Amino acid sequence: MEIKEFLKPKSLDEAFEVLSASSNNRIIGGGAWIKISLKKVDTLISLEELDLNYIKEENDFYEIGSMTSLRDLEVHDGIKSLASGILSQAISNIMGVTVRNIATIGGSVMGKFAFSDLLGVLQVLDAELVFYQMGIVSVEDFVNMTKIPKDILLAIKIKKQTGKAYFKKIAITHLDFSILNMAITNSKGLKIAVGSRPNIAIRARRTEVFLNGKKAITDDLINEAIDLAMDEIKLGDNSRGSKDYRELLMKTYLKRAIREVI
Amino acid sequence: MKIDLIVNKQKKTFLIEPNEYLLDVLRRYDYQSVRRGCDNTSCGVCTVLLDSKPVPSCSVLAIRCEGKEITTVEGIAEEAEKLVHYFGELGADQCGYCNPSMALTVYSLKQENRNASVEEIKNYLVGNLCRCTGYVAQHEAIKRYLGDE
Amino acid sequence: MKVVNNKVKSIDGLGVMKGRKAFTDDFAEKDTLIVKVLRSPHPYARIVAVDDKLAVELEGIEMVLTHKDFKRIPFTRAGQGYPEPSPHDKFVLDEYVRYIGDEVLAVVGVNDSVVEKALSLIKVEYEVLEPVLDFENAKDNKVIVHPEEEIHEMFDIGFKPKRNIAASYGMEIGNVKKTLETCDYVVKETFYTQAQAHVMLEPHTVNARMDYQNRLIIYSATQTPFHVRRIISQGLEIPLSKIRVIKPRVGGGFGGKQAIHGEMLVAYVTYKTGKPAKMVYTRKEVFESSYSRHPMRIEMTLGADKFGYLKAIDCEALSDTGAYGEHALTVFMVTGSKVLPLYNKVDAVRFVGDIVYTNHTPAGAYRGYGAIQGNFALESAVDALCKKMEMDPIEFRKLNMMKEKETSPIFEIMGEGTAGTAMIMETCKLDECVDKGMELIGWKDKYPRKESENKIRSVGMAIAMQGSGIPYIDMGSATIKLNDDGFYNLMVGATEIGQGSDTVLTQIAAEELMCEVDKVVVYSSDTDLTPFDVGAYASSTTYVSGNAVLKAAKDLKERMITEAARILGIEVEKVGFDGKEFWDEESDKSISLIDLSNQITYSHEQKQLQVTSSYVGHKSPPPFMAGFIEIEIDKETFEIDILHYVSVVDCGTTINPMLAKGQVDGAIVQGLGMAHFEDVKYAKNGRMISNDLLNYKIPTRLDVKKLTTVFVDSYEESGPFGAKSVGEIGIDTPPAALANAVYNALGVRITSLPITSEKIFKEIRRN
Repeated sequence: MEIKEFLKPKSLDEAFEVLSASSNNRIIGGGAWIKISLKKVDTLISLEELDLNYIKEENDFYEIGSMTSLRDLEVHDGIKSLASGILSQAISNIMGVTVRNIATIGGSVMGKFAFSDLLGVLQVLDAELVFYQMGIVSVEDFVNMTKIPKDILLAIKIKKQTGKAYFKKIAITHLDFSILNMAITNSKGLKIAVGSRPNIAIRARRTEVFLNGKKAITDDLINEAIDLAMDEIKLGDNSRGSKDYRELLMKTYLKRAIREVI
Repeated sequence: MKIDLIVNKQKKTFLIEPNEYLLDVLRRYDYQSVRRGCDNTSCGVCTVLLDSKPVPSCSVLAIRCEGKEITTVEGIAEEAEKLVHYFGELGADQCGYCNPSMALTVYSLKQENRNASVEEIKNYLVGNLCRCTGYVAQHEAIKRYLGDE
Repeated sequence: MKVVNNKVKSIDGLGVMKGRKAFTDDFAEKDTLIVKVLRSPHPYARIVAVDDKLAVELEGIEMVLTHKDFKRIPFTRAGQGYPEPSPHDKFVLDEYVRYIGDEVLAVVGVNDSVVEKALSLIKVEYEVLEPVLDFENAKDNKVIVHPEEEIHEMFDIGFKPKRNIAASYGMEIGNVKKTLETCDYVVKETFYTQAQAHVMLEPHTVNARMDYQNRLIIYSATQTPFHVRRIISQGLEIPLSKIRVIKPRVGGGFGGKQAIHGEMLVAYVTYKTGKPAKMVYTRKEVFESSYSRHPMRIEMTLGADKFGYLKAIDCEALSDTGAYGEHALTVFMVTGSKVLPLYNKVDAVRFVGDIVYTNHTPAGAYRGYGAIQGNFALESAVDALCKKMEMDPIEFRKLNMMKEKETSPIFEIMGEGTAGTAMIMETCKLDECVDKGMELIGWKDKYPRKESENKIRSVGMAIAMQGSGIPYIDMGSATIKLNDDGFYNLMVGATEIGQGSDTVLTQIAAEELMCEVDKVVVYSSDTDLTPFDVGAYASSTTYVSGNAVLKAAKDLKERMITEAARILGIEVEKVGFDGKEFWDEESDKSISLIDLSNQITYSHEQKQLQVTSSYVGHKSPPPFMAGFIEIEIDKETFEIDILHYVSVVDCGTTINPMLAKGQVDGAIVQGLGMAHFEDVKYAKNGRMISNDLLNYKIPTRLDVKKLTTVFVDSYEESGPFGAKSVGEIGIDTPPAALANAVYNALGVRITSLPITSEKIFKEIRRN
């Protein structure tokens, strides 16, 4: 990667000013992905002087600075007990410990990776992103935004929640990208997200509404729900798996997952 | 440009380019134990400790390490010797290319979780590939190393 | 035995772990020139014009090399015995590029960034040609991968480049067609095996410099230093005596470093400029521009009678050697020669086929070397035959497989590139291996399957054989010298690539010389200072190089005893020696080894005692093994969990039991990679999409739950201290064992590798 200049801004204002100055000025998170995806950068901006590396526990939510490493997040006691530990579990499946020591939660989110195991989990946790300019944007809205204006991600807020949760990543080896991933929480209703479809994780809103409107969830209803999910979650082919196989995986694991969390 | 890096507790001045990765800088300065394997964090052989945490030096810009403590296997010589003693006992060292990076990661595991089970060892080290040994003897050796007072 | 077959730590583990300079790139000169290659973006093209004006003008660029800079001398890059059973179909640089990743030109400069910049400034005009990308349609395709006139074979290997055939082979014993007609049960299946990448952790690397004698000194991460020296001499017309090749520690090879890679260009640059030069492959280059395993199509027909006897084997194979034919014939022959003799009592057996050129990354040597492909086909077909016959697959194998003291007519006919060598199996403990393996996996309880709510657990197995060097072709030698202070230097050409050959050969010397391992200092793989050895391939090191070491140690011992006899004033027959001391059996006269060595070095009748011995095998006693797998399959998604792999191996004496176990363990996991996890994938346009470690995945620590590896008692007289080789045997059984376990679980037979959940899903849906 060619870098014209490397900058550690002393203030958010400065960071945003430089970021906006050129379309080829970029913010670096951990740097692992940027190394292989970017050939040339004008100014590379590192936010390490801006105190964005923290995990704060408030009364009813966690606030996580965008420069917090995935590893720090993974092993944090509070995060481990959040929603049956679904976030820690999802993080622990990403690459190895060394990568998780440098990858940041901010970089992982802003990358909007289709293969991301985290974006689905954050969506079922109803996580919110705190941007310097845009203010608060839900992860779900962020994922569905087609155009994202230049901005700096400051933090992620996750409401404290208990209740059962289910995370599944299907991959050929333990270090591989998912063929499909799935996250479900049951906290004030079911929330379901499917990712790496191969496209980016999205919520199965109609399926959720259907199930959450029922007094008791029977096997028949689960089958109906799956038909709905198959309709609203589009699956496709890529080198790791075919559309047909993904359909089989989604049907099977959705059923098992719902049974497990109700 | 010049930066100061603390390598194995010694502060030194290094001449670097802003786009140079820690792996390349270290190798240029004769820290040959830090190795190149894949250039995209997939293999683990470039692992060094950065402020005591194992990181992939192939993807960490040297410029971001200013003022931080970098440890290569030479900086944990006694621990590495202990580990290789157990590797030797179990025939767990073959080509040795991954060994220094493994010693650093295992040392870091030792600080975090002395009583790691074999399953926990596997999880902690999953990002450190080995193509020679089939892993089994390494896990046994690491268990013994962790249990060594 | 005191040293051999004892737990001895590897002699180099400590130094390597401590981070000492050990691997090739660690020895590159400080101010070395960097050589990088511009690689073809097209699978098949002719280079029309190169515009390097901007690149050459850059400060720090030494030169740009194109095919016009080299004399047209065809050679083979394969590290094989000379004359090679490989077509000489490669030029240093050529007007044609034959796969995406092939060498177009080379840029040489003072550092990485200026060379990268220069590469980006070069414009190449190509005439893009239609490529041959389907190996099943390569033969007699109108597109010819190698139209050049100068290329040739060294002797008849069936080289017909105008038909895209790199080599061909055929043999028949008895009459397979007639015998099949008499069989009560016949099974025919077609199997496909994929290309597999070695993924050795150290990328290919080489560096060179001219020394003060004006000789070319090359450090290379190679498995075959002597072959490298010869090929460079021939390819660049540099006298052999002016070249020295040194192999430092190698970070894994598995066959992927049994050829020339960057050595030719780096050698040329240094020889021409007088300056040191180096080349380190990126991981992308290792994937795209070194080698993969030969993908094959194997049609296997088996015929048996109603008593359960296998009567006929008909094997027709097609192999894809990619753009160049380095190991085309030899790998192909091993697919037959190290697989089909497993069932040696057939009336008729036929093995025939072609190896074709395509515009893919070249195929090359890879552990197993054809045996893993053939084993997958044969051992899968055997289980299929057993199903048809309703015969237990273990009973069938016990009835038909090779036994000790038996032979197979195939041994005499099929060598590796040439005719073979007849041999009796002096050691073959397959029956014990099978029995022990059954016990360790719990076969009786678990065969064929056990169902639970969501999962099915099942077992499967396969037997395998390999070889111990190539008889009459592979030569290894060893030099042992006695120093003052009574310690030895052992110099061997044999190539330590992590498999432990330095340690194992030291043990053999120490056992014979009756001393401790640290009294023998080993130095290996330096074409000036160590005697010749073909290198680390064909599982030759323990058996061939080990026998050379044993001979040398025996000879040196005799010479030392002669000196002792002279010093003690007695006859040679009366000298006793225990490794530390020489004594007169009839009196109390004695002299220690240390004193003797000091005396003959400094004081009296001074001489240097040093012996060089060589060994060429007259047979290649196969190691054998039985592999057993236990898996758990998800009934709905067909995801496979590998629970346990049991390997029971007969490799004769294990010179170093732990290192032998390490060889088998590592090979099993690599074999499981081929069976289930790994796949070299190409896009429709011929580009390799699995060209980095994010996309090509080898089994991780969490993917294989449990390995049990044991060795049965066996003593091969012709091997050093009873040893056969063990480097490759471990890789052969996993594909068939897995295919058989999947069949036992679900009644579905997957005949192409890798066996994936998705393939099982598609196969079940088809039925």
